[in-house]
Amino acid sequence: MPAALLIPAGLGLLFLVLPLAGLLIRAPWTTLPERLTEPGALTALRLSVQTATLATALCLLLGVPLAWVLARVEFPGRRLVRALVTVPLVLPPVVGGVALLLVFGRRGLLGGWLDSTFGVTLPFTTTGVVLAEAFVAMPFLVIAVEGALRAADHRFEEAAATLGASRWTTFTHVTLPLVAPGLAAGAVLCWARALGEFGATITFAGNYPGRTQTMPLAVYLALETDLESAIVLSLVLLVVSVGILVALRDRWMTTA
Amino acid sequence: MSDRLLDARLVVDRGVFRLDVPLRVAPGEVVALLGPNGAGKTTALRALAGLHPLTDGHVTLDDVDLDRPATGGWVPTERRSIGVVFQDYLLFPHLSALDNVAFGPRRHGVERRAARATALEWLGRVGLDAQAQRRPRQLSGGQAQRVALARALAVAPSLLLLDEPLAALDARTRLDTRAELHRHLSAHAGATVLVTHDPLDALALADRLVIVEGGRVVQEGDGPSVTARPRTDYVARLVGLNLYRGRADGHGVRVSPELTLTVADRLDGEAFVAFRPAAVALHPARPEGSPRNTWAGTVAGVQRHGDNVRVQLDGPIGVAADVTPAAAAQLRLIPGQRVWVAVKATETHAYPATG
Repeated sequence: MPAALLIPAGLGLLFLVLPLAGLLIRAPWTTLPERLTEPGALTALRLSVQTATLATALCLLLGVPLAWVLARVEFPGRRLVRALVTVPLVLPPVVGGVALLLVFGRRGLLGGWLDSTFGVTLPFTTTGVVLAEAFVAMPFLVIAVEGALRAADHRFEEAAATLGASRWTTFTHVTLPLVAPGLAAGAVLCWARALGEFGATITFAGNYPGRTQTMPLAVYLALETDLESAIVLSLVLLVVSVGILVALRDRWMTTA
Repeated sequence: MSDRLLDARLVVDRGVFRLDVPLRVAPGEVVALLGPNGAGKTTALRALAGLHPLTDGHVTLDDVDLDRPATGGWVPTERRSIGVVFQDYLLFPHLSALDNVAFGPRRHGVERRAARATALEWLGRVGLDAQAQRRPRQLSGGQAQRVALARALAVAPSLLLLDEPLAALDARTRLDTRAELHRHLSAHAGATVLVTHDPLDALALADRLVIVEGGRVVQEGDGPSVTARPRTDYVARLVGLNLYRGRADGHGVRVSPELTLTVADRLDGEAFVAFRPAAVALHPARPEGSPRNTWAGTVAGVQRHGDNVRVQLDGPIGVAADVTPAAAAQLRLIPGQRVWVAVKATETHAYPATG
């Protein structure tokens, strides 16, 4: 065991674990129950869970068909489309927020039309939060589901066709159940990413308590006024993240 | 139409490979497409199922064009009256055996409860009603094969297609399953096309064999006629015969520039000569004074073959000979050894190469 590898490995681990330990050490354990039930914390938590869930639902609705097209349909430019889908993955979320503003903002490409036709405004609303989170989180879902679709034996779909199943019935009764584990893993990853979303949300939806202030935004704000509150909120996010990791590990990561 | 439920000419171009197989199957008839790997059998089956479009020709089932590129006629897979048993069965892993079998009836508009009843009845027919609630991965290979058969038959298809139905089974299961499969295929009122590379499966299951090589039909007929009169090396090997093609002139067939075989049958023109490896005798010196075909050969290979030894010989014609181990020891058969090969005219079978 060469020390040249062991020492940096140990340092690397320490670097990753120490901040989390710091969070636990500095947490105000005695006042935790009151802190957690403060109206501000609860409101932010509820909003976060709601918007992340809605964003995941939106991603499922649009992302699963997109993944299916990428995995099952041969068309020119498919590689380009796949690359485009992954852009939000590497794009700084703040840039995503700016881009969303340019499209859905009051004077944006679609925003003006939405406002004048339907009276719908998206920026700085809860719907805006959902959009921002979905924009950032959807690639996680699409990539996971597309991978699952590619790994699934498409001949099951042929077998379904020989039994009289239409394309749609085959999709709902055969394809989706076959990729269910991948779909669930993708949805959980998507939800976790949406829950932690900060940059695009604050840029596109702002920071209004009860309306657009999600947990990460609340943490950031609390940091300037009330450190203990920030620690408590961070702790909640940490618990949720670890919970997701454990759930993923037990159910998919070992078998996949 | 009574004599041909299925009428097809399957033409599929796949780059350099071209499949061109005419196929007619009567109601209740079981036809086996037999051929080596890569002969185009599975492509033919996929074309019948609509999983691969034809380039030319047609598939007509019950007087309806399912696929006819010339007129643009096309019925998609899900609207064809077919049932397919895939080589590895492709039972839906997320459904029980019962729901796998009920899947077809459900898609054909049967209400859930009735579909399940039909499925249970079919599982009963293949002897698996006790395993109805099991998932495919909890079934043995033989059981999965029977569920796959029940699933294909539960929609009462006009055309039943089976792709190497026994290939995935071990030898012992295969024997039982083959007998049972034969029973179900005989009971099937529609047309049946099965694809296999195993001559035993084909002979045991089919009324008629269609032998496909390189995308073309090289021979067609019932089991006895195909096994008695092979027309290609592939078929001869399958049925274990030595086969030669040559020009006949009365009782002689010239099978190579240096060798004319004397045969019992009398015929003229292009002809095949076939004889069993066991009919070939080997001698250390030229045998005298008997009405035999004799020629000098060189041992190319020696293998155990059942209780005997199979000797491959080079010479004017390549030939396989089955001799007893005692004879093999006496002749000291080692590769390169020269021996005399003798075949009695009465052991040969000669027949015209045309028609």
